[in-house]
Amino acid sequence: MTWTDLQSALGEHGYVASGDLSVALHLALTLERPLLLEGAAGVGKTEVARTLSLAQNTKLIRLQCYEGLDASQSIYEWNYQRQLLTIRSAAEDGQTGKSVEDRIFTREFLLERPLLAAITQDQSPVLLIDEIDRADEEFEAYLLEVLSDYQISVPELGTITASSKPIVILTSNVTRDLSDALRRRCLYTYVEYPDRVTELAILKARCPEVEARLAQQIIGFVQKLRQEELEKTPGVAEMLDFAAALMGLGIADLTDDPAILQSTLTTLLKTQSDQAQITAEVAARIAGKAA
Amino acid sequence: MSRVTRFAAGDPGPAARVAGFIAHLRENGLRLGVAEAKLSLNALANVNAVLPDDCRRVLRAVCTGCKEEAERFDALFDSFWMDAGRVKQRVIPKPHVALNDDVHSTRDGTGQDTSASGTSTAPDTGDGEAESEGTGKLIATEQRNLSRRDLRDLVRADEIAEAEAVARRIGATLRDRRSRRRIAARKGDRLHFRKTIRRSLSTGGEPLHLLHKRRPDRERKIVALCDVSGSMSVYAQVFLAFLAGLMRAEKNADAYLFHTRLVRITEALRDKDTMRAIGRMSLMADGFGGGSKIGPSLKRFAESYAKRFVDGRSVVLILSDGCDTEPPEHLGSALEKLKKRGCKIIWLNPLKGWRDYAPIAGGMAAALPHLDLFAAANTLDDLAALETELVRL
Repeated sequence: MTWTDLQSALGEHGYVASGDLSVALHLALTLERPLLLEGAAGVGKTEVARTLSLAQNTKLIRLQCYEGLDASQSIYEWNYQRQLLTIRSAAEDGQTGKSVEDRIFTREFLLERPLLAAITQDQSPVLLIDEIDRADEEFEAYLLEVLSDYQISVPELGTITASSKPIVILTSNVTRDLSDALRRRCLYTYVEYPDRVTELAILKARCPEVEARLAQQIIGFVQKLRQEELEKTPGVAEMLDFAAALMGLGIADLTDDPAILQSTLTTLLKTQSDQAQITAEVAARIAGKAA
Repeated sequence: MSRVTRFAAGDPGPAARVAGFIAHLRENGLRLGVAEAKLSLNALANVNAVLPDDCRRVLRAVCTGCKEEAERFDALFDSFWMDAGRVKQRVIPKPHVALNDDVHSTRDGTGQDTSASGTSTAPDTGDGEAESEGTGKLIATEQRNLSRRDLRDLVRADEIAEAEAVARRIGATLRDRRSRRRIAARKGDRLHFRKTIRRSLSTGGEPLHLLHKRRPDRERKIVALCDVSGSMSVYAQVFLAFLAGLMRAEKNADAYLFHTRLVRITEALRDKDTMRAIGRMSLMADGFGGGSKIGPSLKRFAESYAKRFVDGRSVVLILSDGCDTEPPEHLGSALEKLKKRGCKIIWLNPLKGWRDYAPIAGGMAAALPHLDLFAAANTLDDLAALETELVRL
C-alpha cells in the first residue's frame, strides 16, 4: 500500500487528508512509530484517528488527557469490590493466604484502561491519545516508556507485553511545549487549516446535499472569517455545523438575508467578544466579498 | 522549481547523502541524532523515493518535531536537495550572535561609541546612573554601564537573613495543590484500596486496617528575574537581598539578573558564605545600573533557560519597573512565549506603589495581559505582605 492508497481509503470514509498528513500516517503504519499531530482546535486531528480506524477496520481506543491523569485511569486498576467478595467467600470455604492471593491478583480481576487495552488486542487497534498537552509531565514520561517498549508492568502480575503493536496517534493543541524526548520518539505533522479547494472537498464529502454555489459561498465565507482577528478561529467542524444550519433553514444564498446569516453565526463564533465583533453588517460584507 | 542537486561522481550513495542532509539540518539547529538518520532511510524505503515531493514529506515527518521546525524545513530541504550546484549552500545562517552581548567593548554593535567614558578595567569616576537620577526622572537608558559595582556595598548580611525568612514563607505559600494523583498517607481523604485489600488478606478478607491516600503537596519552583538597570538601582538593595534569601530558603529556586543582557546567578548565590555569594554575583552582574532591555532579555530567557528550568509548576517572578528601551512588542511576545510553558507569571513593580501610578509605560501595558499577578513591592515588608495574594494563585 502506498500513501496515495491510504489517502483514497480515508477519502472513502469522508476524510479529505492532505498529502503531508497522508504520508505521515503511511509512515506511522509502516514504521510502527507513534505520530504526533499538532494544530489549532478544529482542524480534524481527532477525526483522522477515527477515520483511520474505520479505513483499517480496527478498533479505536481513545484516551482523553487532562491535568492529573494517573495510572488508575489510563493503564489499569484492580477491581477492588470483586477482590473483596472473593476474599470473603474464600475465607468461608476455609481457604486463606497464598492460594487466595494467587487468585485475586490475576487478569480476571484487572480492569483494563485505554493504554493496557490497546496493547492486549488481537488486531492492532488505533490508540488515540487526545490532547496530550493537557496531561502533566509525569504522565508524558510514563507514556514514553509505554510507547518505546509497548509493555506495561503490573507489580502483582509481572510485565504484560503487547500482543499487537497499536497504531498510536497523539494530538496536541499546542497549549504547552511537549518534552523533546516525546517529540523525538514520534513522527510529526503540523495540521493547518485546509485551503479553499480541500475544504470544499471536505464539505462535499460530508454534506453532499449542499448545492455547488452555496458550498462555494460557505467556504469563501469561512475562509474570509478566519482572516479576521478572532479569539477562537472557526475550525472545520464549525464549518460543517454552519453548512448544516444553513441547510436546515433552507437558505439557498448567503447574501439573501443578513439577519438570518447573523443568527446562523452562532455555529461559527464561540466567544462573546467574537460575536460582538462580527456584527450583521460585517457578516454581510464578508459574505458579499466571498460570493 | 529549481533542479535537483547533482552530486559528485565519487559520491558514495543515497545513504551517505541522507546522512549529509541530516548533518545539514543539525548545522541549522535541528536536534537530530543517529537514530533519526536511520529512521529517515527506513522511511524513504517505504515511499517512491524518486519523487522529490514524497521525499520532502517523508523527511519532514521524520526530522521535524515542532511547528517552527516544520516551517523552516522547506527552505532547508531546497537548499540541500534542490540546488543546481554540487556544493551544498546554507541559506539559513546560524542564529546571529549579538556582538555587544558578549564582547567587552566600549563600542556597541553598530560601531558607535557609547557615552560611558570608562572601560571595564578602568571605570569612570562618576557612576553611570547618576545622570538619570539627577534629572529626577526614571528613564530607561540605552547604554550599558560598564563600571563594575560592588554589590556588597548595597546588601548587608542581616538583611539577607531577614529576606531568607520572607522567601521561605513565600515558598511555603506557593505549594501547588493541583495534583489529582494521590499517594499513601497516614491521614488522607480517600481509601487506599490497593493497600487495604492486600492488608485484609491476613485477616481473612476483613479490612480491619483502613489505609488512606491523599493529594501530595507539590513544591513550586520559583524562578526570579531581577532587573538591575539604572532605573532600578534604588530598589536593587531590597531585591538582591530577597534573591539571596530566596536561594538559601528554596533548594530548587532559580535566579537571574538582567539589564542589557541576562545572567544566571543561581550557582553564585548558592555559595555557603553569604557575602562571598554576593561578591560573586557582583562579578557576574557586569553592567549593573546601566540600560534596560527587558523585552530582549526576557525573550532570551524564554528561548534558552526557560526550556530547561520552567515548567507547569514554576512561578516566574519578575522584579522590574517596566521601563524598557526596546519596543513593547518584544516584551509582550516574550511573555506570551514564557506563558506557553504553563507557568504563573508574577510581576513586582516598585513603581506601582506610587500614588496615581498607571501601567501606561509601553512595556508594562504590553505585559499586563500575560500576568497572573501584578503587585507593588518596594521593601521587604511589601514582599512579605504578598503572601496572602500568592495563596490565591
